[in-house]
Amino acid sequence: MNPNGNPIWTLIWTFGLMSLFAIGGANAAIPEMHRIAVDVRHWMSDKQFADIFAISQLTPGPNVLIVTLIGYAVAGVAGALAATLAMCVPTAVLAYYVSGLLARSGHSRWPGLIQAALVPLSIGLMAASGLILAQTTDRSVVAVLMTAATAILTFTTRLNPFWFLLAGGLLGFAGVI
Amino acid sequence: MSTAGFGGVLYWARRGIVDQHRWMTADEFNETYALCHFLPGPNIVNFSMVFGSRIRGIAGGIAAFAGLLAPPTAIITILAALYARYGEIDMLRRILAGVSCAAVGLLIATVLRMMTPLIKRRDVIGLILLVAVLVAIGLARLPLQAVLLVAIPISLAVTSYMRRRISA
Repeated sequence: MNPNGNPIWTLIWTFGLMSLFAIGGANAAIPEMHRIAVDVRHWMSDKQFADIFAISQLTPGPNVLIVTLIGYAVAGVAGALAATLAMCVPTAVLAYYVSGLLARSGHSRWPGLIQAALVPLSIGLMAASGLILAQTTDRSVVAVLMTAATAILTFTTRLNPFWFLLAGGLLGFAGVI
Repeated sequence: MSTAGFGGVLYWARRGIVDQHRWMTADEFNETYALCHFLPGPNIVNFSMVFGSRIRGIAGGIAAFAGLLAPPTAIITILAALYARYGEIDMLRRILAGVSCAAVGLLIATVLRMMTPLIKRRDVIGLILLVAVLVAIGLARLPLQAVLLVAIPISLAVTSYMRRRISA
C-alpha cells in the first residue's frame, strides 16, 4: 500500500480483510489490530491502544466497536464509519449467504466439524489478546493484582462485569494503579 | 437493545427475541447463534443479519444490522472525539489505566471459561493448538492471516482424523 494514499482506503482494506480472519469474534482480532495500528502503521502508541480498548469495553454495545475508535484516531468521523463498516459488512454478508445455504442443504457434518476445529484456535487468539494488553496495562503490582482479581472473581462468580470496570476506574482515579 | 448491555449484547438479545417478542424459539436462537460463532467476524453483528433476514428477508437483515450498529457507533464516535481532545489530561489517563486493568481481567476470565470444556474433556490436541496460536500471535507477534492459514488446515485435519477414529 502507498503510505501517502488515502487513509480511508487503508482502513477499509485493513479491517475488511481482518474481519474474515477474526474467528471467534472481535476480541480474537485484537492482537492483529494492535500489530497493525501500533507496530506497522504507527497510528497510535501502545498506551493509546490500551486506552481505546478500555473505552470500547466501557461503552455498551458490541465490542467490535474498538475498530470505530481506531478509525476515528486515523481519519476522524469518516475513518470511524469506514472502519466499522469494513469490519462488519463483509462477514454479515457471508453469514447471510451461509445461513441461507445451510437452511436449504439441511444438516451436514461440516458445520460441526469446522466449529470443533476452530474453537481451540479462537481461544488461543483471545488468550494472545489478553497477553498483549496485559503487557501494556499491567505496569505496577497493584495493576497486576487488579487484573488477576478481576479475572478470578469473574471466572468464579456471576457478578456483573460492570462493577469491575467501575472499581478499576475508581482505583485509577485515586492514583493507586 | 444495542445499547442496553455492558460487556455484551447477547444476554439482551436472547431476552428480547426469545422471551419477550417470541420471534424465535430458544432452540432456533441457539442454532442461529452457533452458526454465527463459527463464521468469522463479530458474532453478534453476524447474528443480527441472519436473524433479521429469517424474520423479514434481506430488508429485515439490513434493518437489524443497522439497528444494532448505528446507536453504539454514534455513542462511541462521540467518546472518540472526547478522547482525542481530552485524552492527555492526567486524571482521565489514570481512570482509563484502571479500567483497562479490569477490562483485561474480564477478557482473561472469558478465556478461562472457554478453556474449561477443553480441559474437562482432556482435549490435549486442542490445548496444544491453543498454546501454539497463543505463542505465534502473542509472543512472536506473527501476522494473523499467516498463522491462521497454517493453523486452520492442521486443526481441521486433526479434528476430522480424531472423529473418524472415535466413530470407527
